[in-house]
Amino acid sequence: MNRSNKGKEPSKDAVDGNSRRKFLINSGYALGGIVVGGALGSLIKRKPAAENAPVKTDEGKAAEPKNYNRALMFLTQDQFRIVESATERIFPEDDAGPGAKSLGVAFFIDHQLAGEWGFNGRDYMMPPFYMGESVQGYQGRLKRKEMFEIGLRELENYSVTKFDKSFVELTGEQQDEVLKAFESDEVKLTTISASGFFKILRSSTLEGAYSDPLYGGNMDMNGWKMRNYPGSQMSYLTIIEKDFTKIEPNSLQDHLVAH
Amino acid sequence: MAKTLPKTDVVIVGVGWAGGIIAAELTKSGLNVVGLERGKERKTEDYFMVHDELRYGLRYEMMQDLSKETITFRSTEKTRALPMRQYGSFLIGDGLGGAGVHWNGQTYRFLPYDFEIRSKTIEKYGKNKIPAGMTIQDWGITYDEIEPYYDKFEKLTGISGEVNPLGGKRSSPFPTPPMKKTPAMQMFVEAAGRLKLNPYMMPSANLSENYTNPDGIARAACQYCGYCERFGCEYGAKADPVVTVIPVANKTGKFEIRTHSNVRRILHKGGKATGVMYTDVTTGEEIIQPADIVVVTSYVFNNVRLLLMSELGKPYDSSTGTGVIGRNYAYQVAKGSAIGFFENQQFNNFAGAGALGVSIDDYNGDNFDHSDLNFIHGGVIAIGQPGSRPIQNNPVPSGTASWGSEFKSKSVHYSNRTIGVGAQGSSMSFKHHFLDLDSAYKDVYGDPLLRITFDFEDQDRELAKFLAERCSKIVTEMGADKVDYLKELGPYDIMTYQSTHNTGGVIMGSNPGNSAVNTYSQMWDADNVFVVGASSFPQNAGYNPTNTVGALAYRAAEGIVKYREKGGLLV
Repeated sequence: MNRSNKGKEPSKDAVDGNSRRKFLINSGYALGGIVVGGALGSLIKRKPAAENAPVKTDEGKAAEPKNYNRALMFLTQDQFRIVESATERIFPEDDAGPGAKSLGVAFFIDHQLAGEWGFNGRDYMMPPFYMGESVQGYQGRLKRKEMFEIGLRELENYSVTKFDKSFVELTGEQQDEVLKAFESDEVKLTTISASGFFKILRSSTLEGAYSDPLYGGNMDMNGWKMRNYPGSQMSYLTIIEKDFTKIEPNSLQDHLVAH
Repeated sequence: MAKTLPKTDVVIVGVGWAGGIIAAELTKSGLNVVGLERGKERKTEDYFMVHDELRYGLRYEMMQDLSKETITFRSTEKTRALPMRQYGSFLIGDGLGGAGVHWNGQTYRFLPYDFEIRSKTIEKYGKNKIPAGMTIQDWGITYDEIEPYYDKFEKLTGISGEVNPLGGKRSSPFPTPPMKKTPAMQMFVEAAGRLKLNPYMMPSANLSENYTNPDGIARAACQYCGYCERFGCEYGAKADPVVTVIPVANKTGKFEIRTHSNVRRILHKGGKATGVMYTDVTTGEEIIQPADIVVVTSYVFNNVRLLLMSELGKPYDSSTGTGVIGRNYAYQVAKGSAIGFFENQQFNNFAGAGALGVSIDDYNGDNFDHSDLNFIHGGVIAIGQPGSRPIQNNPVPSGTASWGSEFKSKSVHYSNRTIGVGAQGSSMSFKHHFLDLDSAYKDVYGDPLLRITFDFEDQDRELAKFLAERCSKIVTEMGADKVDYLKELGPYDIMTYQSTHNTGGVIMGSNPGNSAVNTYSQMWDADNVFVVGASSFPQNAGYNPTNTVGALAYRAAEGIVKYREKGGLLV
């Protein structure tokens, strides 16, 4: 399995302490020691402002090019951390290859929520709204971005109530327990369906793991490499009649260059 | 006030397969045709970035924007219909070429039995074989009569295939040889042979080799890139209206396509249409296009909806079973399938084409004895290799968790170690399955949405179980280590994708009492209106519908030319 990018991915540890702060610094948010207010300021103030240096890789080699895609369009930092932890439980790193976190799934979800999908831009959202039969599909008035805001808040509330800890501070098993309580609708929410939220979280995790890297997930096509999916290929004419053949993946970016 | 344009010979509502074929045939015969298409222009160059499963497969790039218009759905007349707010069960195409662009290209002919299902069922099994409430009927046209039109559509599109040993007679061979055979397809052929079944290569519009059709249109061979259904073809290998009939119509200089033109009413007076009213969706302007002949060739739902909104034809009344517009809505029983997991063998599941596969018809139509079965008809069973794109294809053996470490490791492990065999079960029509206008929900123009009343019946549950068991037998015979298959159909739901093979609502028949159009797709109630498409199927067969839609379009085109010369009802 291709794990060669392990340790080089700038977003990989973005939510844990040091890296998260580096992430902020590199994103240009630390303005030469000026105290920044609000949520952002409180994050930055936790650490001294000494490490205002280019990010080095773990091996201490030259800084790799910044990935400007690694920033948030919709989620807050706290929401982002919950999404990253939860999706990693849904699709964890294992011997076969990377999980949601190192594939950048949380960035993918953030970017999707900021756009047409998050706004349900191509869904029928006109009233009247009624509770329907289960076979009639989603009938809520809330958009996906609103569902995420509520769902993430409730994941956090449930964790604090049940374990007296933030979701991201729970052990993996405890996080699974929380997610299962949502999946089974054991958690009763008034505005959204807990299981409905979980379903979207699960399906968008797979989307983030396996969509073209263009969307911010499937980092370096590592999702595809893990399952021998060759991505975007112009032709399979030479192998279609043959036994299983491993092919190095291409992304849409390769396709763009090819044209 | 609506602006009125100069009159044209023919106006076509919706430029997909049916509209495109009719436009090509009528302009070749010298008529002036205006094609109104509510979506945008499409061309092959649009698809350089098409290998994008998220954008096309999950975000429905090629489909109608549901924020503007959708359908409403209820299982029975007793429940409140609610809008299909997001895509699921079927996908409604949009733009030039319509659903004919995002299809897979599976191009079957219906069986001779399909066209005479009612009389053949009674003849062989007696009247009681058809349960109360089932409203199946003969088409008014036989297989032999429609065969020449199938032949035309297959030559137009260059269908690649081999003779179906259990199908109707063919007047000429397939225009191109069958597609290539993958190792999994070879295993299916061998297993089917051992089970004494009759496999044949799936008839494909993906093109096994370069082909020039009778109109002189040349297309390149399929590259098996694995992106057909829900996608457009960047090679133009997959036959679609944009790369076949539309250029032919354009070349005559007699075809004017107006995109972004959403037809909202057929205007009529004294049993004759006078034209159509449409909205230019880019400006909001209402425009009247007068025409001698109106041809309605949008998707099933909009064909029905447009007639109902225009108050043309007698609306169906389910309480009495009278009236015809909206009657006999049918669908498909697509869940009767099996999946095999192979521990020691991997396949190139990522590669494929929409109509790459092997089929059997041993359990389709009346090719098997139904005396001791609680259903009629059946469905085609096939192994397909359309290209297993990774977001939507994560099969795991039953009993596996749906997320977490077990799901992840197994879904990755089996990604190239599974083979699916599926059935397209036929769908019979029932008195209480129908289409009408919803009184509560509107589109962006304030027009009512179309309402579907539909659920699966005992017939469907029995059929799905039967077909799933047959699929399972084949996959087991192919050597799978574990086989999962459908055990129970469950109720019809609008969220799970099943097939975009909706049918009925403007059905074809031998007389005005039980049908809306005759076998030329000409309306009994307005002889200068032709309504063409799967909306004219009295019930659905166990196959994909496109070949039959294409054939009916050729026949309608012939009828329109005749009508133009002589006038009056053609039958």
